[in-house]
Amino acid sequence: MTADLIGYNVGYLDEQTKRMIRRALLKAVAIPGFQVPFASREVPMPRGWGTGGVQVTAAIIGEQDVLKVIDQGADDTTNAVSIRNFFRSVAHVETTTRTDEATIIQTRHRIPETPLAEGQVIVYQVPMPEPLRFLEPRETETRRLHALEEYGLMFVKLYEDIARFGHIAKTYDYPVLVGGRYLMAPSPIPSFDNPKMHMNPALQLFGAGREKRIYAVPPFTSVESLGFEDFPFEPQRFDDPCAICGATGGYLDEVITDDAGGSMFVCSDTDHCERTAAAPNDTTSTATTSTTTRPNPATPNTKAIA
Amino acid sequence: MYVAVKGGERAIANAHALLAEQGRGHPHLPVVDPAQVEGQFGVLVSRVMTEGSLYDPELAARALLQAQGDVLEAVTLVRSYRTTLPRFGYTCAIDTSGLAPQRRISATFKDLPGGQQLGATFDYTHRLFSAAGAATPDRRVSDGVDGEDQAMPRVADLLGAGALIEPDAHPDQDATQPGDLTREPPVFPMSRAERLQALARGDEGFLLGLAYSSQRGFGNTHPFAGEVRVGEVEVEFDAPELGFGVPLGRIEITECQMVNQFTGSAETPAQFTRGYGLAFGRSERKVMSMSIVDRALRSAEFDERVVSPVQDEEFVISHSDNVQATGFVEHLKLPHYVDFQAELMLVRRLNEEFKESRA
Amino acid sequence: MTDERPLLEVRGAGHRYGLRYGCRDVDFDLWPGEVLAVVGESGSGKSTLLGTLSQRLELTEGNIRYRMADGLPVELAGLSESSVRRLWRSEWGFVHQDPADGLRMHVSAGGNVGEPLMANGWRHYGRIRETAAQWLERVEIPADRIDDHPSTFSGGMRQRLQIARNLVVSPRLVFMDEPTSGLDVSVQARLLDLIRSLVSDLGLAVVVVTHDLAVARLISHRTLVMKDGRVIESGLTDRVLDDPHAAYTQLLVSSVLQG
Repeated sequence: MTADLIGYNVGYLDEQTKRMIRRALLKAVAIPGFQVPFASREVPMPRGWGTGGVQVTAAIIGEQDVLKVIDQGADDTTNAVSIRNFFRSVAHVETTTRTDEATIIQTRHRIPETPLAEGQVIVYQVPMPEPLRFLEPRETETRRLHALEEYGLMFVKLYEDIARFGHIAKTYDYPVLVGGRYLMAPSPIPSFDNPKMHMNPALQLFGAGREKRIYAVPPFTSVESLGFEDFPFEPQRFDDPCAICGATGGYLDEVITDDAGGSMFVCSDTDHCERTAAAPNDTTSTATTSTTTRPNPATPNTKAIA
Repeated sequence: MYVAVKGGERAIANAHALLAEQGRGHPHLPVVDPAQVEGQFGVLVSRVMTEGSLYDPELAARALLQAQGDVLEAVTLVRSYRTTLPRFGYTCAIDTSGLAPQRRISATFKDLPGGQQLGATFDYTHRLFSAAGAATPDRRVSDGVDGEDQAMPRVADLLGAGALIEPDAHPDQDATQPGDLTREPPVFPMSRAERLQALARGDEGFLLGLAYSSQRGFGNTHPFAGEVRVGEVEVEFDAPELGFGVPLGRIEITECQMVNQFTGSAETPAQFTRGYGLAFGRSERKVMSMSIVDRALRSAEFDERVVSPVQDEEFVISHSDNVQATGFVEHLKLPHYVDFQAELMLVRRLNEEFKESRA
Repeated sequence: MTDERPLLEVRGAGHRYGLRYGCRDVDFDLWPGEVLAVVGESGSGKSTLLGTLSQRLELTEGNIRYRMADGLPVELAGLSESSVRRLWRSEWGFVHQDPADGLRMHVSAGGNVGEPLMANGWRHYGRIRETAAQWLERVEIPADRIDDHPSTFSGGMRQRLQIARNLVVSPRLVFMDEPTSGLDVSVQARLLDLIRSLVSDLGLAVVVVTHDLAVARLISHRTLVMKDGRVIESGLTDRVLDDPHAAYTQLLVSSVLQG
């Protein structure tokens, strides 16, 4: 073979592979929260950089789809840009930054603030699909624990947190029980986002490329964040509104503004932030001129929190 | 500034341009041709082909150039291309005893049918820098023996004839087709065939370290290099509708049969056991390491106690793939500020609670 | 001991390692609330028997019938893995010789005792902690050690913690493998006393393996003497130790008396 003949299939993966992944997805949807092993392929980005999510997206994306890719909630982080460009070039699909316009949303570490709708698919990039991994390192043993529904160990971890700190000290990748049966890692989204998974009308798909696992939460499925009756799950909350758009109730990034302890809190969801800032009648929004591009946080409208 | 990661498209485009510029080297010097890499960096090309699981020296050379000499990057490039290729079928098992090797040594017998053949090796070179520009090889001197004319049966088969070594494959392994790690999800415990596939793709350095650890007593394997051979073999495509193999061409491989002591058990008399290694091109270090690790991972078959990392299948196989390992280690460069923010808030809260409890 | 059927009926039980039998032809019944000691020298097959009874080793021949909490008898060898694990969660306990094998050394004492409760569906932190605290008190571990790791405990405390972890779910049958042999003599006596009172308070059935005849005498009702993988004598503990019939048992008893 000469190098000049190198060509790639539409959507990058070959059709056999797409079918294999779709079969794994169907199985995953049929058993909510169960980790389905799949023959994860190499894709043109490094393992751990979203290869699982990329394979899931590549297996389900079609010409009519509109794709949104976010990393840390933002459309313009380098990795999100890179993955979006990848699909634009290999699958020739339309892309968007608007949550409500997308048919497929591939995400790393966040669920958008704009509620998802029926018919949408959200694809999570997953680094460590096994919620019990740091309690039990052996795959053979964790598979058995899932099969026999033995989740006492997970509660021991929560018990130890409360005994030591007075509350549960897990803030992201907070374990959930799906459909009342399987313990599942929601990927490293902040616990703030966990409640959005519960009874969500969108199809939620999870791809772990390096660990070769696919799992799913079908629409309108119960997703319960673990807790005790007297120490229930409590998502983190922010006291301040976003310094740019003024929205409250969203997840915020803390941005360091100087070297004297100054910082400001801004929306992690860039799409949400831009639209809140642009909405003229929104009473919660503060004055800001920027609508289309994200303003440089080091501009004068920062709020120093010393 | 950290917020610069929100720079978006232009930053990426600039980064790519800068990378290309750095990889070009001095603009007055000629660009290296992939054929030069293929010819003059043969060992490196072998490693990229082996760990990339694709026998294509030209493509491996091109990958090395594009990756600016980063082996793992080149392996990733080769693998991500390989995985998109349609699978038409499988080749017949290659017969490594059929073709005369260009190099063949055995550390277990002084002489043997076919003889020892030193071949191309660094082993007895003095590691002294040669004079600059003296790249033209010395003429070969005829040693009066033309190895290509003599049959060279595999050493392990010679021992096997006297039942002093375990059979080539376990009798009950023959019935089933070996699995294919690149097409089926790996599930532990693995078959030996799957393990060997994983080891063949595994990182040379990682396997070397594990093999070394077993020699130093962390999982003793008592290895003898029964045979190391390098040579070309014929590859045939298995076309079921034809009923015979269709020759595709020849590939260069390195093979190692490690012979290991075994004192026997209640069911089996004492005999030698095998560890096996095979790689594309010239990769002796890789196949020797691989065969030691292969043997160490067979503890369960021989009722040996698993006490060392090298004997632990899940540990070895899960961590031997350098494409996975480097990706996951390097992914820490990606922004994690959402989870870091969550942790930051927790640490602040714990700090305040601590202060309150002291107040 | 009001039940009229045995908890465990063992008939011709044996386990083979390769070509060699670890134990063979073992017959006995274990009744609810009864403590059975299995004694013998090392290599006599007593630990193999314990492993076979507790489903940790495969039953190569014979039958072991267990009567479940609902009264139904089951053949243990025929149970699925999930059924056996359910038994471990709710009806059985295992006290290891080395507490490190039965405890999570880097989980607090409260977490160690609470884990079996959580595995059985307890989801109220306050009640789990309260129950754990009660059990720590019962096994004489100071209440203020509840958040300490067992790695900071003495050998005797670790063993008492392991016992609490096993008994917190009120099992019906507990296996013990040389529970006192790693401890100082004075600590041993205190632990045996604790085991004896807990066992009688809770009406537990216990199979305890020991090489120490004093342990058998102190806590067991009946004793099996094993040699070379077989039971060579069995009967009420007092009878076996005071009036041994088999020559080997006589030797064992006299060697202890002389020693």
